[in-house]
Amino acid sequence: MSALNSVVLTLVTFVPLAGSLLVLLLPRRDRDIRWFALVVTLLAFVLSLHLPVHLQRDQPGFQYEVNLQWISSPNIHYHTGVDGISAWLVVLTTFLTPLCVLISWKSIHERVKEFYILLLILETALIGVFVSLDLFLFYFFWEATLIPMALLIGMYGHGRRVYAAIKFFLYTMIASMFMLAAILWLYAKTGSFDFVSIQAAIHNGQVEHFANAATWLFLGFFIAFAVKVPLFPFHTWLPDAHVEAPTAGSVLLAGVLLKMGTYGMLRFNLGLFPEQSRANAWWVMILALIGIIYGALVALVQPNLKKLIAYSSISHLGFVVLGLFSFTQAGLDGATFVMLAHGVSTGALFMLAGILYERRHTYEISEFGGLATPMPVYATFFLFITLASLGLPLLNGFIGEFLVLSGAFQDRAIYGVLGATGVIWSACYLLWMYQRVFFSKVTRETNQSLPDLDMRERVALWPAALAALIMGVAPLIWLNAFDTAAQAILAPFAQLASKVVGK
Amino acid sequence: MNDATGLQAVPQAIEYIRILPEIVLSIAGMVIMVLDPLVDERRSQRLLGTIALTGSLAAIGATLYQSQYPGLGFWNMVQVDQFSVFFHFLVATVTAVVILTSYEYMQTQQIRAGEYYGLILFGAVGMCLMSSAVELVLIFIALEISSISTYILAGFRRRAAISSEASVKYFLLGSFATAFFLYGVALMFGATGSTNIAVIREKLSTGPIPLLAYTGVAFMFVGLGFKVAAAPFHIWTPDVYEGAPAPVVGFMSTAPKAAVFAVLLRIIFEAHIPDVSWLIWIAAALSMTLGNIGALIQENIKRLLAYSSIAHAGYLLVAYAALPNNGIPAAMFYTASYAAMNLGAFAVVSHFAGAGERYVNLHDYEGLGRRSPLLAAALTIFLLSLIGIPITGGFFAKFYVFSAAVQNNLVGLVIIGVLNSAIGAYYYLRIIVAMYMRDTREEIAMSPVSLGLGAALAVSLITTLYLGVLPGWVLKYASQSATGLIR
Repeated sequence: MSALNSVVLTLVTFVPLAGSLLVLLLPRRDRDIRWFALVVTLLAFVLSLHLPVHLQRDQPGFQYEVNLQWISSPNIHYHTGVDGISAWLVVLTTFLTPLCVLISWKSIHERVKEFYILLLILETALIGVFVSLDLFLFYFFWEATLIPMALLIGMYGHGRRVYAAIKFFLYTMIASMFMLAAILWLYAKTGSFDFVSIQAAIHNGQVEHFANAATWLFLGFFIAFAVKVPLFPFHTWLPDAHVEAPTAGSVLLAGVLLKMGTYGMLRFNLGLFPEQSRANAWWVMILALIGIIYGALVALVQPNLKKLIAYSSISHLGFVVLGLFSFTQAGLDGATFVMLAHGVSTGALFMLAGILYERRHTYEISEFGGLATPMPVYATFFLFITLASLGLPLLNGFIGEFLVLSGAFQDRAIYGVLGATGVIWSACYLLWMYQRVFFSKVTRETNQSLPDLDMRERVALWPAALAALIMGVAPLIWLNAFDTAAQAILAPFAQLASKVVGK
Repeated sequence: MNDATGLQAVPQAIEYIRILPEIVLSIAGMVIMVLDPLVDERRSQRLLGTIALTGSLAAIGATLYQSQYPGLGFWNMVQVDQFSVFFHFLVATVTAVVILTSYEYMQTQQIRAGEYYGLILFGAVGMCLMSSAVELVLIFIALEISSISTYILAGFRRRAAISSEASVKYFLLGSFATAFFLYGVALMFGATGSTNIAVIREKLSTGPIPLLAYTGVAFMFVGLGFKVAAAPFHIWTPDVYEGAPAPVVGFMSTAPKAAVFAVLLRIIFEAHIPDVSWLIWIAAALSMTLGNIGALIQENIKRLLAYSSIAHAGYLLVAYAALPNNGIPAAMFYTASYAAMNLGAFAVVSHFAGAGERYVNLHDYEGLGRRSPLLAAALTIFLLSLIGIPITGGFFAKFYVFSAAVQNNLVGLVIIGVLNSAIGAYYYLRIIVAMYMRDTREEIAMSPVSLGLGAALAVSLITTLYLGVLPGWVLKYASQSATGLIR
């Protein structure tokens, strides 16, 4: 196993990219390409399982590290590694991508080759973001996710896809420019892009002029991440992107891309600038709370199924930010758990919405009604995932939000109280939506004869449903893995917190 | 001139090696001029093109050979060092790629080849000489050689009025600008008593700096700023780029620019003129902003790329405001990767333009992703590189320039720069969007890609990607030549 330990991370990262190059060489036989993409993504998934399984839980710091010099001047390394948190985010990525391949099997029938090339490139870039320990490498992968995602939306999306693609691209690109400026500043002062050594240098006060620049650096990183999350008021690109994106694009966008933002906050804002995070936490928490409540309220009135799920994402991701900036063990563990849970359940919701779209070519809730009669299996899956998403105990949504709220309570009771209303709201909009789509009589003639799920769609949905169940029943598998990583991140805060309590 | 002691009256053989690439290019150019009236018009295209290509490839070889013999030559007027070798190599490669692109283009446009190839080679002579000249008067002569041939090349689509307009406009404004440069040289001579860069450096670093020296640099900067299309001397660019033949624009926007940037590097860093950074600061900020904003509303691809080249001149100038040991390698890397991506983009544009350059508007590019997937993919990569997306040379180019500037505490300029690259993303994206996300309105017949164009695209593509994945080697070479330059 030790031989695999040293290369497994590199393999997981680049298997999809290698796959995309092979797809490029394959002849344009759509069926073969689909099968090939499925095999490649499954291979990446199986390989990635090695990461959490063989992770040394009690060992702090990063594991499976690879550190090679890429460019000598400037001093850029190919430095990757994972801790308990990022290992599971990698698995989330590799878990969702094969499902994306399955769910796009029929709905993508034009320019199939290009579609799977883009999807595979996107997977490599996403994994790269979670494993990079070199700021430059991180930025490199971060930007590299933009192009395939924008093209997926723009080439395979619906109606206003071009507008949505450009909006998505420009929003995130402009925001990440601030991060680039901050990274360059850090490099100029420390001579290194290495996350671990920059962290140590800041901690030991070896960075010149750091005190004056720290708040700006914090903000530079924060803006890039906040747009990606998206945190209120930077969220306006998200509903557009989701509504126009093809199903696979939505699944990866909600499931993984948004987590890049929260992961970035966790790793870089909290990891590099603990003091500034503490100082700015109050307004970040308020924005997160606004996001939770505002997202839920707007979701409540959406006539469009996909837009509803999109706004629910804004609400759920608000929980993540709330948990992160509570600086408590419970909050951090919970936030990370919500990231995974939201990835699975919202990914599944988007797949379900996509299945409906394939049959009716609309997302308007008013077009449906009484679907439980013609599509019982579909309705069951939908109910299960809905319950998971709204936080029913024993399913995956519950435990994460519970931990986040308890963390927020520890920080300041009012944050917990306000956050908790978000849970109630999410029950409202999800159950009301479910009622309108599935219950009562079939209102429209065309819906009478809708076919139920076929084998392929069931195969795509079962893993997500199972994951939602297992995460709800046995959350300790995940929480144990997060603990060491969260403690390492929180260590600098302990000193700061004692200062605050002392006065 | 330097004092006469230690200078031979007659140049030695080795000194001819130090101008070997220029000699090779001149000979090839002259052979073309002689053969042109002798060969049959239908066959001349292939024959003369091949001679020109051979000439430029031989110049690359001569450059590699020459790099074994660094040193001064011709009464201290020419200096071969790593720096000059870098730019010789760049100019000669660009010339070869442009010739490969022109091959097919000239046939489609039905322009008589004739002196076209000769002029490209003569232009290349001037550009090569610019990067190795260490004597302001010689730099001026080289600048004129390069300019005059590009003036003529700009007007080569004789049947199109817009091309003649481009030529005349470029000629009138260009001569005005070179006059500024010459005036600057004269003032510098007045201030320091010499036109040799090494002597100027010595004079300026010992005594107090006369006001005349500042004025001289400012005037030289006006002349050179015009040539690289830096704001506020950029007004000519869109019109000239729109009118000139597409491969010529690819040439004009890369090789002479690289050469002039080399001259600027020598003047600013080697001659070590103190404290001109505010001048560069303003020019850089203006070029980036005006270029990008101008490009936002363009419908003509060539005009769009013209504004984009103004913006890129701005990014490049940012490096000149940095400290020499970071700024010089950053600028050299930028010229190289800009040459690769821009040449590639113009190669695709010249192919799509069709007879009479009819299809050069944004809406002509709609649906191109379906009609010719490979060319569209190539253009996409060049455009992504121009935006500055990872895995392409453009990304590292911007990255080095901005990080050099941050190291000199020019955070303000860097913020302007990064915001500008975000604006820039929009108009490059418009082309990608048109190609992939919109459907064709009218059927445009696609001609197959010729071998020459394919080779030109392959070279540009490989260079763009190589610089984007493994930029280390080129950067290391550039850093070494920078230490040679600033000593």
